[in-house]
Amino acid sequence: MTRVTRRYRFVASHRLNAAHFSDQQNRDLYGKCNNPYGHGHDYVLDITASGPIDPSSGQAVSIAALDRLVSDRVLRDFDHKYLNADLDDFKELVPTSENIMRVIDGRLRAQWPAVFPGEWPRLETIGLRETRRNRFELRTTE
Amino acid sequence: MFITRRAEFSASHVCSQSSLTAEQNRQLYGLAANPNGHGHNYVLEVTLEGEPDPATGMIFDLKRLKEIIQQEVVEPMDHRFLNYEVPPFDKVVPTAENIAAEIWARLNAHFHGSRARLNNVRLYETDDLYVDYAEQRQ
Repeated sequence: MTRVTRRYRFVASHRLNAAHFSDQQNRDLYGKCNNPYGHGHDYVLDITASGPIDPSSGQAVSIAALDRLVSDRVLRDFDHKYLNADLDDFKELVPTSENIMRVIDGRLRAQWPAVFPGEWPRLETIGLRETRRNRFELRTTE
Repeated sequence: MFITRRAEFSASHVCSQSSLTAEQNRQLYGLAANPNGHGHNYVLEVTLEGEPDPATGMIFDLKRLKEIIQQEVVEPMDHRFLNYEVPPFDKVVPTAENIAAEIWARLNAHFHGSRARLNNVRLYETDDLYVDYAEQRQ
């Protein structure tokens, strides 16, 4: 089994504020991330897919196909955006890194069978670095 | 317990199959299909797994591991055009996956009969792309 990890980048702003908490609760919970006008990060997104090496292409994952998928379904919508206002995904959902990973997972998974129609490769892990001090990982294997 | 040693080599390659058209190769491999090739500073991380020898406190002699990586990977591949100079890449497309698998095969034989097992070969083609290769244990 071979795992291939490809790194992408997007820059975006967000504000962490949950409608079901009071202003004070939101400030206590999210700290500076609750500041009213939002703030931005240089996000680093690591997508890991796994599978056997295809004998004809020599690849476990077509990087060209993965690049097109991530570019079309994630980077084009996320890059240089205010996530709370510009993406419907976050109309109800607080754009924490955890939730951003779940949204990205859902977007990739929805198109995955069209891009990779066979049994392999499988989407395995989504890693999201919000800052150099914060990195999150979602392991998506069933 | 795991131990990882890192090494680097620089090499050029081209990813294409002679059975495909230029356009098909470009669709499949993108810029990596450019016919005259291009290069990378490959970074290799070799991970061994095992329990330390009670006498030496070591899983494996790391000086020896460095020599093995040097002999099997860095000397044959560093500053080479893989497709032309490093078999099997005259016949096998030198994708990161295939290079990692070849490195696994070259290294693995050195750990037979030792308390260390080869656990993983990680090969960075660029900072933004790496492959983890590991064969199932027998």
